[in-house]
Amino acid sequence: MNRRELLQRASVLVSGSILGVDSLLAKNISWDDMEAELSAKGIGLFSKKQVQLLNEVADTIIPTTDTPGAKAAKTGQFIAVFVSDCYEPADQKRFLDGLVSLENDCKAKTGKNFMKCSVQERQSFLSELDVAQKAYQKSKKKEEPAHYFRTIKDLTLWGYFTSEIGATQALRFVEYPGKYTTVDYKKGDRNFGGY
Amino acid sequence: MAEKYDAIVVGSGISGGWAAKELTERGLKVLLLERGRNVEHVKDYPTATTKTWEFPHRGRITNAMKERHPVQKRDYPYSEFAPDFWVDDLDCPYTEIKRFDWYRGFHVGGRSLMWGRQSYRWSPWDFESNKNDGHGADWPIRYEDLAKWYDYVETFAGISGSIEGLPQLPDGKFLPPMELNIVEKDVAARIKAKYEHRRMIIGRSANLTVEHNGRGSCQYRNLCSRGCQFGAYFSTQSATLPAALATGNLTLRPFSIVTEVTYDKDKKRAKGVRVIDAETMQSIEYEAKVVFLCASTLASTFILLNSVDSGSLPDGLGNTSGQLGRNLMDHHFRCGASGDVEGYEDKIAFGRRANGFYIPRYRNFFGDKREYLRGFGYQGGASREGWQREVAELSIGADLKNALQEPGKWTIGMTGFGEMLPYEDNRITLDKSKKDKWGQYVLAIDCEIKENEKKMRKDMINDAAEMLEASGVKNISTYDNGSYPGMAIHEMGTARMGNDPKTSVLNKWNQMHDVKNVFVTDGSCMTSASCQNPSLTYMALTARAAEYAVESLKKGDL
Repeated sequence: MNRRELLQRASVLVSGSILGVDSLLAKNISWDDMEAELSAKGIGLFSKKQVQLLNEVADTIIPTTDTPGAKAAKTGQFIAVFVSDCYEPADQKRFLDGLVSLENDCKAKTGKNFMKCSVQERQSFLSELDVAQKAYQKSKKKEEPAHYFRTIKDLTLWGYFTSEIGATQALRFVEYPGKYTTVDYKKGDRNFGGY
Repeated sequence: MAEKYDAIVVGSGISGGWAAKELTERGLKVLLLERGRNVEHVKDYPTATTKTWEFPHRGRITNAMKERHPVQKRDYPYSEFAPDFWVDDLDCPYTEIKRFDWYRGFHVGGRSLMWGRQSYRWSPWDFESNKNDGHGADWPIRYEDLAKWYDYVETFAGISGSIEGLPQLPDGKFLPPMELNIVEKDVAARIKAKYEHRRMIIGRSANLTVEHNGRGSCQYRNLCSRGCQFGAYFSTQSATLPAALATGNLTLRPFSIVTEVTYDKDKKRAKGVRVIDAETMQSIEYEAKVVFLCASTLASTFILLNSVDSGSLPDGLGNTSGQLGRNLMDHHFRCGASGDVEGYEDKIAFGRRANGFYIPRYRNFFGDKREYLRGFGYQGGASREGWQREVAELSIGADLKNALQEPGKWTIGMTGFGEMLPYEDNRITLDKSKKDKWGQYVLAIDCEIKENEKKMRKDMINDAAEMLEASGVKNISTYDNGSYPGMAIHEMGTARMGNDPKTSVLNKWNQMHDVKNVFVTDGSCMTSASCQNPSLTYMALTARAAEYAVESLKKGDL
């Protein structure tokens, strides 16, 4: 089965979506078509600009090093699809509000929109935000929602390391290991990806 | 005129596949009825080779999927990775008098396609447990009655495992075992040194570690529950169905919902079954000399409760004991402990093992006496942390990325699987206030874990932590995520075996006391639950019952 067929199968499952949004999947748009879709009107609940913002934030969390970063892995597109199709409505709102908070916090710190910031400004802003996020997560009650940046960071890491780039370049991908055994490991070797 | 067969087998999962194989190989013309769609081996495993990144939601379920799967969504098996193997809950509802998670798959192969594949014999002690402590009816068979059938089904199915010589977990006819990894081996050695009767062994799994009977060996992808293109784990499709079809004696009919066993009250025999075609809604009758119910624990008993012979059997077929529907059991689990393992940084596991370690039951054995009855085993594993781990000292950027590209420390964890006693008031009944998509009444399930299980859970948690501590594991934490019946997908009972027709539904051959040409060989026959995964025992009981049925037919006794 190729990807298009798979997405068509998936589209059967999501038809009749309760989201009240034009789900990407419901229209049989594959990942390859997402660029085109993105240039038009965004993905699911996300505008084109929001997806671009997600990609830049994700790429600051997971930048290109000797392997491609989160933007190359289309992490922003993935997050938009995932939040649009899988989050409960209240969590969707919280996530989108989080993007507004991120812009507000960025302006307060740098005087600029995130997209207008230099790479250094983005790094410094998100590093501080991460410290705040960690402190908040520690002090919050269990039933209280996560800090918005915690959610963005978690989705970024998940989206990246399960993307083709993340799973096959940042990690080692062995489709058919053929055995299970303990082998030697030396510091610096990449971890094996899931599947 | 109804079509006639020598035998009808209802359900094509683990038990039904075995019944079809054994009956056809002994020369019977068999009709195998499956309520769901056909699933052809390999061809109908659409996601068997799909990469994670090719799933739009990387395996998670969407809101639209949740809408039609309010039960299936409760746990991980229902995912985007193979959603078509799980039922549409809205089409076939049931009533939860108390919470009961019922995971089902309506298709040829049933849950043999998605099962966990852990395959353990029950021990001589398991078959004596009811007799010894007085809970539930005594089993009408002993381990010795089943031993050669365990040999038989293991030899055909292909079970990998290690020879251990443990009285509470008999060895079998195993393919080579999978490996414990280096950390598990060391922990196993420490447990063995510290505790006389506790052993950590490699799980015994229906995954082929070598080619077997024309089926390929496991490729260690750990994607079993999507269907395996190598046929490297036991399923109806990979193993029993091809054998049954090869005889030329099998007719497989998907989309055939059996609503009742038809009854000849003068002869006190089943005539056959009534079926609703799931696609056309047409009602069809089939006749046979013998009927094997293998529709799954709850579904087989539903059929019997629903077989009222137009009112002459108001309590259902074969229910003069009043035990039909009673003594529903599952395993209780989802509690245990985990921790960090220091060292071994120069080692890593290669491959994805669809298996783990197993610690067989030791409580209330070997002279041990607890404040609860029966006991539990553990399943678990050790591995190095991946990108999911929290790296407290790093925030964002290249350093974080570089760190997460490498494996983290080793961790180890284990989950207890505890025996649930048979309780008469843990039961299923027909709920006539509701109907499913096909116009049938639904089941009402009234089942809970009780004090004995709750006391046992304390040991399941504390013992896990204690064994890890004794093995040098650090930062140990315990957990209890709560366990509702059904969650372990090991539902058993509701048509129990027993010697006394007044207190049991089936005799020692899985044959109904009241209706001699009806056999029930899936989990509903179970008289107690043990703490080992039950499917291997269903296989052995089914093969044994099939031989008996054919011999009885030949002798003219049926």
